[in-house]
Amino acid sequence: MEILFYVFAAISVAGALGMVLSVRNTVAGALSLVGTMVALGGIYVMLEAYLIGALQVLIYAGAILVLFLFVVMLLNLRRDSFTPERQPVGKAISVLIGLAVLVQLVTVFLGSFGPPAELSEGFGTYRSVGIELFTDYVLLFEVTSLLLLSAMVGAVILAKRKID
Amino acid sequence: MIEIVLKMLFIVLVIMGAFLPLITWVERKQSAVMQDRIGANRADIMGVTILGLLHPAADVLKLLSKEDVVPRGANRVLHLLAPVIAMVPAIIVMAVIPYGSTYRFGDHDLNLVVADIDWGMLYVFAVGSLATYGAVIAGWASNNNWSLLGSMRASSQMISYEVTMGLSVVGLFMAYGTLKLPEMAAFQDQTFRLLGFVEHFALVETLPAWLAWIQLPMWGIFLQPLGFILFLTCIMAENKRPPFDAPEGESEIIAGYHMEYSGMRFGLFYTAEFLEVPVIGMLVATLFLGGWAIPWLPQAAIIGGVTPVFGEGFATAFCMILHVVSFLVKTIVLIWLQMALRWTLPRFRYDQVMDLCWKMILPLSIANIFATGAVILFLQGRA
Repeated sequence: MEILFYVFAAISVAGALGMVLSVRNTVAGALSLVGTMVALGGIYVMLEAYLIGALQVLIYAGAILVLFLFVVMLLNLRRDSFTPERQPVGKAISVLIGLAVLVQLVTVFLGSFGPPAELSEGFGTYRSVGIELFTDYVLLFEVTSLLLLSAMVGAVILAKRKID
Repeated sequence: MIEIVLKMLFIVLVIMGAFLPLITWVERKQSAVMQDRIGANRADIMGVTILGLLHPAADVLKLLSKEDVVPRGANRVLHLLAPVIAMVPAIIVMAVIPYGSTYRFGDHDLNLVVADIDWGMLYVFAVGSLATYGAVIAGWASNNNWSLLGSMRASSQMISYEVTMGLSVVGLFMAYGTLKLPEMAAFQDQTFRLLGFVEHFALVETLPAWLAWIQLPMWGIFLQPLGFILFLTCIMAENKRPPFDAPEGESEIIAGYHMEYSGMRFGLFYTAEFLEVPVIGMLVATLFLGGWAIPWLPQAAIIGGVTPVFGEGFATAFCMILHVVSFLVKTIVLIWLQMALRWTLPRFRYDQVMDLCWKMILPLSIANIFATGAVILFLQGRA
C-alpha cells in the first residue's frame, strides 16, 4: 500500500511543478493540474476519506478543470501573449502571499508530528459526512448554496446584458 | 489476490473479448433489420460469410494497416495520448459493477465484484467525469478549428449531462438507502405487492380483486420509472453516440474531434464509444433492472430448492451461474435498446441537446427527488 502513496505523491508533485513551469503553454499547465487533482484524490482515498477523494476527482478534475481548459482553449493563447512585463507591485504582492502560505504550511507540518489520530466509526463515508452536513452545519450549508445561487444569477445577468 | 485477478479477467474477457467485437456486428445487423436491408454480408473467407460475423475482423485489419497521420502543427504528445485517455474510463468503471451475488462455499465467501467499495456510485461518477478529457484533448491537439469546435461541444454536453445524470438517480439512492452497487443489486432481489402502496386508501376496493395478488420484483425501474428514463437519456448523451452525437456532427463540423485521426487511433475512439455501450448496459441493469437478480426467485429460494436434490455446493454453484447468465441477459437487452434508439432517432441539433438537459431533464429530476422524499416520509409515517 505504501508504494501507492509514493506513486500518487510523485504524480501530484510532478503535476504541480508542470503547472508552474509551463507558463508559456497554458493548456499543458491546465492538464498537469488535472494530474495533480486525480493523484490527490488517490491520496485522500488512501487516508480513508472516501467521499472527499471521490469529490476531488469528480468536481476538480472532472468539472472545474474542464471549464478551465475550455476557456484556455477558446482564448487560443499563443506563446507571445505572455511576454514578461515589468510589474514590480504585482510581483511584490505575489511574493508576500507566497511567503504567508509557506509559513502557514510549515507551522501545520511541524505541528503534525506525533501518533496518528484515531479514526471514529464510519469516518470519511458519505453517510457520516452527510449527517454532519445536514445537522450541525446545515446553516453553513444553506448559506453556501445561497452564495452559489447569487453567483449564478450574476453570471446570467452579465451574459444577458451582452446579448441584449 | 488470485481471486481478484480471476474476477477481473472474467469481466474484461466477457465484455472486451466477446461483447466488444460482436457489438459492431450487432450495430450493422440490427440497423439492417430495422431498415429492411440485407446487411453486413460482404466480408468472406472463400465465400463463407457466417452471417457477416467476419466484418469485425475485417474492420480491425483495415484500421491496423492504415497509415497513422499526425497533422502538421499538432501537439504530438497530446495527439497520441488522447485516444488512450478516451479508452481508460470505460474500462475501469467495470471494477465496481457486480455481476453476481455473494456465495458461500464452505467457509469462504465468493463475492462477484472486483472492487467491493462502499462509495461505488461516487466512483462511477468520478471516473465518468474524466471521460471528457479524451474528447477535449483530441480536439485541441489536432490543431484544427473543426476539431476544436467538436471538443467544445463534447465538453459542454458531457459536463451538462453529468450534472443531471447525478441528480436523476438521487431518488433511487433514497429508495435503496445505499451507494454500494452490490447492496443495490441485493436490494432488488425481493418482491413487493403492487397495491402495497395504496392499500390504506378507499380507492383499493374499486379495483379488481386479482390486482391484489400481483407481486412485482423490487426493481429500480418499478420504484423509479421516471428516474430510469432520465438516467438512460443522460448516460446515452454521455456516450456521444447518435442521437447525441452533435460533437461529431458530420453534416456541420465534418467529424468533430476525431477528424484528424486515422488508422487504429481513430479506431480507439470508436472502440471507446462501442465499449461504453455494454458498460452502460451493465450499469443500468444493476441500478434499475435488478442486476443479477432473477425475478420472483430470490437467491435463498434457488439454493434452498436445489440443495435437497444435489447438495449445497452444487446448488450454490448452480445459483451463481444462473445469476451471471441473468445479468448478461439483462445487459444484452439494454444493448439492444440502445441500438434501437440509436437507429430510430435522428441527431438532435446542438441547442436542442442543451435545452433537453437544462430545461427538461434537470427540473424533472429535481421534482423526482422531492416526490420520492415525500413518498418515503409518507411510508415511514405509516410504518
